[in-house]
This record gives sequence, structure tokens and C-alpha cells, in this order.
Amino acid sequence: MTSLRILVPIKRVIDYAIKPRVNATKTAVMTSGVKMSMNPFDELSIEESVRLRERNGDAVQDILAFSAGPAKAADTLRTAMAMGADRALLVELDEKRPEEIDLEPLAVAKLLREVVRQEGCNMVICGKQSIDDDSGQTGQMLAGLLGWGQATQAAKVEVQGSEVVVTKEVDGGEEVVRVKLPAVVTTDLRLNEPWGFPISCQRRYATLPNIMKAKKKPMEKKTLADFNVEFRKRLETVEVVEPPPRQGGGKVDSVDGLISRLKELGAI
Amino acid sequence: MSLRYEVKRIYRDLLYLGREYPLGYDYFRPRCHQAFMSQAGETDPEKVREGIQQAEYVKKEIEALYRLKKYRALKQSYG
Repeated sequence: MTSLRILVPIKRVIDYAIKPRVNATKTAVMTSGVKMSMNPFDELSIEESVRLRERNGDAVQDILAFSAGPAKAADTLRTAMAMGADRALLVELDEKRPEEIDLEPLAVAKLLREVVRQEGCNMVICGKQSIDDDSGQTGQMLAGLLGWGQATQAAKVEVQGSEVVVTKEVDGGEEVVRVKLPAVVTTDLRLNEPWGFPISCQRRYATLPNIMKAKKKPMEKKTLADFNVEFRKRLETVEVVEPPPRQGGGKVDSVDGLISRLKELGAI
Repeated sequence: MSLRYEVKRIYRDLLYLGREYPLGYDYFRPRCHQAFMSQAGETDPEKVREGIQQAEYVKKEIEALYRLKKYRALKQSYG
């Protein structure tokens, strides 16, 4: 089997349990003083790469967790290492420079391309999207930039020789794709969760002892200046608004009332 | 001696997990503390081991609770 050097890109986002608030100028979501944590889809990527190692043994040579974000993204990378990544690379973004913070998917993909080349990775496992921007583009763009094959929204990943077999959930069944290494894989929600039931399998939680151990794992820090990549903004955010409040439903008194209401709506 | 250390370790692990307890750390900590204190006089090593087993079980349950909560929230948003 081909030996694997896996790159797992990670994003630090507003915690999934927090209800985001839009700022007064309607240009962005407020992030100050809000609990931040690792993008859940990226957690799945880390988990899957650790499981690939468990299943395939020494074939997985290296699991590198990468993040581009503010200095505090280092904590997120520590979590990734507590979950099983071997080492981490942080590209520290200057929070005072608006063109640096909030990198666009294309810029992140270009950055990742450079990292892949420098670190000699031959497999990238990334979350299918981040839960803050929901762009869902980085993995695909990266595959395009590198000229690699890609398998998106993976619900199951198996390495067979020099190929990766990925099962995806599609409407009404499963789709299986086979992709040659090197390849980009993006993770879907039910990866590592067979039968769609999460309790059934033990996903590792970043426990306290593991977090302490992770402090000894190496973390490299770089800045955007270390990469020969153009980060110009190409997208303009027109407006950010909260979703409209849900319209309450009405009640009917009787069956006749229900029928006449349905007819009124043209449903029958 | 080592049993004492094990009990402290599992207590610390549980407290760490409790930080994210849905009802809040202020709900979790006193209850966790009380559960341990109620067994504080236990000197039979076998019973202490049983207690540790039980604490490990609770720890797994809490982890599963967090996972399930996250999974459901994501499933609702992303199907």
C-alpha cells in the first residue's frame, strides 16, 4: 500500500451551539466574546485520518493539522493534536489587517497547495464546508489547483493499494467512487458513524490527558509572507441578515375546517 | 496509593468534561462532587475499583451525550 502523508486543514469557527448575531452595520457576524471551536466537519477529518492509521498501521506516515487564522487558532490545533494529529502548522493571520483575516476559499486553497508541496503530502482530508461561511469550495478548488482527483462528501473512506475508495450518501442510496492517490477527500456528516447512529461507535473526545500530551507535539508557526501566494479579495459581501422569524402555523377546529383550509391553499 | 491517584484522575476528567455540560458547569460540579464525596469513606479496594468503573461509565455516557447533541444540531442544519 502507498504510504500516506495526510494533511488535515482545520478552521476555527463560532461554536456550533451558539446562535450567531449579525453586527450593526450588517456586514458580518459578530465574533468578539463568542465561544469558538473547531469546525465540526474538520473534527470528522481528523477522526478519519486517525482511523485510517488504526486500520492501515504504519502506512500512514504523517498526519499534519493545518490552520490559517488568528493566534488563538493555535488552541484549535492543539485540540486536533489531542485527537491524534502528529504535528501542526499555523499560518498566523494579522487580526488588525482586514485583507488578511477572513481569507476567501480560493486564497485558502492556494495556501494549502503550497503547504502540500512543501510538506510532500499525498492526501488531503478536509471538511466539506465550514459552518460559518458555508462556502463548501476549498477542497474542490484545492484539487483543481493541484491537478489531483477528488472525492467529496465522503461517508466512508477506504485505502486500497494506490487508490482511495469513497462511499458517498446520495438521494436514495450510496455512490461509490474510486480515486487514485494523491487525492483530496472532503468529509460528510456521517463519516465514522456507520448506520447513521453516533453512539454506536466510539469517537474520541479531546480528553484532558490527551490535551496535556498534545502540548509536547510540535507546532510550527508561519505568516502569509512566507508563502508566495496572492491573497487579493475577490468577493464582496453585500449584506448579512438574520433569517426571517418563522411564521406560526394556524389551528383548525374540525375536519371540515381542515378540508376547507386545504382547498383554500390549493392543496387538494 | 495508586487507587487514590486513579480516583483523583477520573474526578478531574469528569470535571473537565463538565465544563461543557448543557445545564452548565454550576449544575454539574456540585453534583459530581457530591457523588464522589458520598463514597469518600470507602476503604475496601474492591469497592473503590467498582466506583472507578462506574465513573468511567458516566464519563463515556457524557461523551456520548455531547457527540449526539452535536450530531443532531448538525443534522438539523445540514441534513
